[in-house]
Amino acid sequence: MTAPAPGESHLDSSEMILNMGPQHPSTHGVLRVVLKLDGERVVDAECVIGYLHRGVEKIGEHRTYMQFNPYVDRMDYVSAVSNGLGYCEAVEKLQGVVAPPRAQVVRVMLAELNRISSHIVWLGTHALDIGAMTPVFYSFREREEILKIFEKYCGARLTTHAFRIGGLQWDLYDGFESDLRRFCQTFPARVDEYETLLTENRIWRERTVGVGRLDATTCKALGVTGPVLRAAGVAWDLRKAQPYSGYEKYAFEIPVGENGDTYDRYRVRLQEMRQSCRIIAQAVDGIPDGPILARIPKVFKPPVGEVYHSIEAPKGELGFYIVSDGSLQPYRLRVRPPSFVNLQALRGMVRGALVADVVAIIGSIDIVLGEVDR
Amino acid sequence: MASAPWEDAFTAALRDQFGSHILNSELYREQKLLHVDRLSVGDVLRALHRAGFDYLVDVTAVHWPKRERPFDLIWILYSYADNRRVRVRAEYPEGDEVASATPFWPGANWLEREVFDMFGIRFSGHPDLRRILLPEDWTGHPLRKDYPILQQDQAWVQLHLGIERGQ
Repeated sequence: MTAPAPGESHLDSSEMILNMGPQHPSTHGVLRVVLKLDGERVVDAECVIGYLHRGVEKIGEHRTYMQFNPYVDRMDYVSAVSNGLGYCEAVEKLQGVVAPPRAQVVRVMLAELNRISSHIVWLGTHALDIGAMTPVFYSFREREEILKIFEKYCGARLTTHAFRIGGLQWDLYDGFESDLRRFCQTFPARVDEYETLLTENRIWRERTVGVGRLDATTCKALGVTGPVLRAAGVAWDLRKAQPYSGYEKYAFEIPVGENGDTYDRYRVRLQEMRQSCRIIAQAVDGIPDGPILARIPKVFKPPVGEVYHSIEAPKGELGFYIVSDGSLQPYRLRVRPPSFVNLQALRGMVRGALVADVVAIIGSIDIVLGEVDR
Repeated sequence: MASAPWEDAFTAALRDQFGSHILNSELYREQKLLHVDRLSVGDVLRALHRAGFDYLVDVTAVHWPKRERPFDLIWILYSYADNRRVRVRAEYPEGDEVASATPFWPGANWLEREVFDMFGIRFSGHPDLRRILLPEDWTGHPLRKDYPILQQDQAWVQLHLGIERGQ
């Protein structure tokens, strides 16, 4: 090594480019973030996405409406049930049918179970990213209970394909209600356990309070929805704003945060799990009798037209914009993915943060790359 | 089910402002759709933004290759204050640039990049119009109807992945 020339130094203070991902464990998949660093501080960041792009929208144009149904499970693969709900409801709207009351209640119960399971995966992995090993073991214990219910109901645990256009394929299994009641009785205490591990934990608070702030105005400007928006203090939830599948019948609250930081997102998601449990407890006591599938034609050709329908998925507003030309396949099938839109806010959130905080911030948005890239 | 005309104070105000550039306003499955002349799309979007549509839900496109103006651009808007949605649609010929919505909704950035990536539609005034999901040196725009589902950029695949075919 040669001695530095006068005025130069080996301890160069210029900016450095750090490539994070796409195979970085904390990016929850194949997200690549190119960070421009000044020492430990992030000056700028750019997301490079598309590593998991499978052309879901193109595939949609080449499958019948029924055939495409299992594909939506593979977008946000930790909340397959919610994706199925959004897709089935959008197609039903296009066709002009409504799922029977019994099917709607079952859909709500399964979708809320799925919300809990999605938030649980988020909680465990997010805590793991920040360095807390324990929560993941606790949270996956509860997730297993939910996945067992899914498995008993439809035979699959993750890519459930739980719903059919017009309602449900299967009726409830014997003991479904008691399984759900048992879950609702035990689960709130389990959330308390997570809270004892994290909520007042000094390390957890040091790593999350004030980190990755995003105010309500910026959220709205960027189209950010879901828990990230609610953590910024906006009590907006599609289940309340534009109820679907009978959500108007259930009493629940929209948890909101105050500071819009990583800690508030954690608090909001924890409260949402409790609220989902509340919804399930109400639904399980009022499952109506009756058919589970609306009358829909065997040859399914929705009339010419277009609809946009969206639901409150665990990550935010999940929308389907479908154009029908009256044939067996959608002419155009657009998925409005919450993860993709929310990820756009990352750049503003990480500017000025420390490198270690980038990991916490990515985790706090709760993205699934299967849905970002589609 | 045919669509019904959508006429109320809101559409009347828009017609006062933009006259015949609001080509049609309809209700289908209880959803509101504004069909706008492409020449005044930027102004209509600005007016809607001022009218309280503070959330741009989505920007997307549909390709109708046999039409004289083969591209439909769709903007889905939502107003938090009024809890209402509206869709704006405009038709574009091949090669026409679309006014970017990023000045009103910064969130349009990635959505428009995706439209560019998938359809090859360019947006004027976009701060950073590059492909977003596909590699930057990929040829073709997959969501166009003249792009068959099995088609891919063979040269790219061979060069970068070292395999004969991606399928």
